Amino acid sequence: MPEINTHIDESMLDGITRLVTEDAIEGKTMLLNMGPQHPSTHGVLRLLLELDGEFVVNVIPDIGFLHTGVEKHMEYKTFEKAVVMTDRLDYLNNIGNNLVYCLAVEKLVDLDVPPRAQAIRVILTELQRISSHLVWLGTHALDLAAMSVFLYCFREREMILDIMEMCSGQRMMTSYFRPGGLWRDVPIEFEDAVRQFLRIFPARIDEYEALLTKNPLFLERTQHVGVLKAEDAIRWGVTGPSLRASGVAHDLRKVRPYSGYEQYDFDIPTHTDGDTYARYLVRMEEMRQSLRIVQQALDKLPYGPTRSNNRKFVPPPRSELGHSMEAVIHHFKLFTEGFPAPKGAVYVAVESPRGELGVYLEGDGGPKPYRIHWRTPSFANLQVLKLLAKGHLVADLVALIGTIDIVLGDIDR
Amino acid sequence: MGEHIDKTVKALVERFDASIEEFRGEVSVFLQPDQIVAACTLLRDEFDFEMLEDETAVDYWPEETPRFHVIYHLYSYKHNERIRLRVPLNGNNPSLPTIEGVYPNANWYEREVYDMFGINYEGHSDLRRILMPHDWEGHPLRKDYPLGHEEIMFTFNFDEINARKRYAKE
Repeated sequence: MPEINTHIDESMLDGITRLVTEDAIEGKTMLLNMGPQHPSTHGVLRLLLELDGEFVVNVIPDIGFLHTGVEKHMEYKTFEKAVVMTDRLDYLNNIGNNLVYCLAVEKLVDLDVPPRAQAIRVILTELQRISSHLVWLGTHALDLAAMSVFLYCFREREMILDIMEMCSGQRMMTSYFRPGGLWRDVPIEFEDAVRQFLRIFPARIDEYEALLTKNPLFLERTQHVGVLKAEDAIRWGVTGPSLRASGVAHDLRKVRPYSGYEQYDFDIPTHTDGDTYARYLVRMEEMRQSLRIVQQALDKLPYGPTRSNNRKFVPPPRSELGHSMEAVIHHFKLFTEGFPAPKGAVYVAVESPRGELGVYLEGDGGPKPYRIHWRTPSFANLQVLKLLAKGHLVADLVALIGTIDIVLGDIDR
Repeated sequence: MGEHIDKTVKALVERFDASIEEFRGEVSVFLQPDQIVAACTLLRDEFDFEMLEDETAVDYWPEETPRFHVIYHLYSYKHNERIRLRVPLNGNNPSLPTIEGVYPNANWYEREVYDMFGINYEGHSDLRRILMPHDWEGHPLRKDYPLGHEEIMFTFNFDEINARKRYAKE
């Protein structure tokens, strides 16, 4: 008979008895494994649940299934080449990742960005915010058994992805923002496509709201579920819509503006209940505010270059390569060894759809990031799940994973 | 630098004999490992830095003294200010006290630093790997840890590479 290995590894999650209560060891409460292959965990998230009947006593998240070593990889790429790695972190907010990385590099090497590039950055970032919120809304409603919302959301998301493809050639992995500006100017059809979206979308938000906002089943599943108090949110480092739904009107676009957000007029939606329904309302209103920003940015979109003129950091335009020796030298230097960054460290944070997305970037005088750390909102926000879920039903846990809007690529990096 | 941050930095320099560094308008305060808990408590209680934004580390290998810097970013909602604390650590197996008691969300950040750099946190409630598999050897973000790659298999060396590849074989 083959020998059965009964040894439990103390370093494994299942071997760690100190994380569960005494009741679980005595067998009064039940341990249940949820995920990593589970449709409502929004990716490969594993949760070890301690249950008393159907009530959650404790949640122990186990993450890292999607760890790809992005930070390590970026240390081996030049600043320009590392942009492609940023798309792969939060795969619903690629443009936002490009943006924060470029802002960090620009701050580190002290590089200016022309106003047209900044305005286009704002337009695309806000469109991406809407598209990310649409995925959140679709999957969140799907978790609560509202199938049709999912289909509507993905219909509109497709329009945004088409705009992304028009600009960068890629629907999702855009790598469109580069240190010093954009990869290239937007195509001529861009303005019409965005205006078309602006015309259609407000009525579509009303459509989603008609399906959910006063739906008794939806209210039953979301109201008073997972209440997060403002002081807990701050103590646990929760940012973004989850923080604003708890009553703290904090938005980095307003309090520490970047990329010219100070020129645009928009409101910060807040709510005081701090429950799943409040977070839903805040995100819905955020989509409307994003539309306002896009409208304003598009109306006063300035003309001019979309890349910095500083040839030590930004490659020259193709047309110059034929007749300028200096341009050829700059082009060659930038694409073979990259540009050097001074010794020093910067931290830049932007408001991503999920919260504060920060980059800590350190240069050592060479052309590669010496150290880059991503402060990702999903990682910070997931920690609070334990607090939210305590005392709720397992079915509510599904709603709670949806409401904190995690992206596993963002957590595991 | 804002007025509030000036005041904060001055207090830290006075009380902890800290040194400061400024780059691109961002201020870093250098502290000793045994001062970090007291400094964080002071910043949270007296200077309104309510949130720990981020905690990470940098490896300066082959330099040994200090080899690592642990970096904290604290944010104040009230004053809309950010401050960076840097704690230099010597040697290959350094340790410093946890700040979990001051900011509870340091729990996962410290687990990540432990996982990626092998820095031990004294008094941490649950110090185990967070992103890498539990039986992983080494700490990937250390500078003496190679990037690693997948060997390209051709017909002539398929068996040779396959034999040394680590995956579950029959």
